Amino acid sequence: MVIAPSYEAASAHYGWRDWLSQRVTAVVMLVYTLLIFGIVIWNGGVDYAVWKNVFASHAFKLATFLFMIALAFHAWVGVRNILMDYIKPTGWRLSLQTIVICVLIAYMGWTIEVLWGTL
Amino acid sequence: MAALDRPVVKPRPIFLNLLAIRQPLPAIVSILHRASGALLFLLGVPLLLWGVHMSLASPDTFAQLKQIIAHPFSKLVLLALAWAYIYHLLAGLRHLAIDLHVGVDLAPARRSSAIVLVLSLLLTVIVAVRLW
Repeated sequence: MVIAPSYEAASAHYGWRDWLSQRVTAVVMLVYTLLIFGIVIWNGGVDYAVWKNVFASHAFKLATFLFMIALAFHAWVGVRNILMDYIKPTGWRLSLQTIVICVLIAYMGWTIEVLWGTL
Repeated sequence: MAALDRPVVKPRPIFLNLLAIRQPLPAIVSILHRASGALLFLLGVPLLLWGVHMSLASPDTFAQLKQIIAHPFSKLVLLALAWAYIYHLLAGLRHLAIDLHVGVDLAPARRSSAIVLVLSLLLTVIVAVRLW
């Protein structure tokens, strides 16, 4: 008879989910990076008019937003792992993790402001 | 029961002087992956958002941003961040390859570590040439 190992009961399985999300978000950011690179090369460098025009496109705004969402999730997993490894006192770790979440949400707010705000 | 029968483990000496331990190449690539990621989170993203904001707000702020970037200190900061981004990306690609069971053995893992380090520096030099 096979008995499921007991440690299974204590696993939230978030390790696997984070592992996958870290890679999916990385690929999203890679594609966006190549896109930006392509746009700059295609236009032979960018002046204000070209740059403004690129960001006037709705599709490009959404792509940029997608990049920033991927970045936020990616940074959360990465920075949280750093904090889990080096900050041992639970109170400190929890506080720093909370600050990181707040900073990432602020970054997203700033992104929306830059992309769709009146500036 | 088995746990109680286990002989008492003698305390082992712990040597964790990071400055005296000679790290293998993949370990150096790994810690730099972390360091570059942390730098991008703390400095790279806010500067990127500020830069994109400045570049789009008006022709005046666009010109202002160009002027700020022309300063040697800004160029150094930009270069450090460019290295962090390039390095983090390349080390990430190496990670994805290892996830796909490519280059898992010791020799290729060392080789790809060296490639990541050298290639990131080469690309950063290209950025430096473009900046100056």
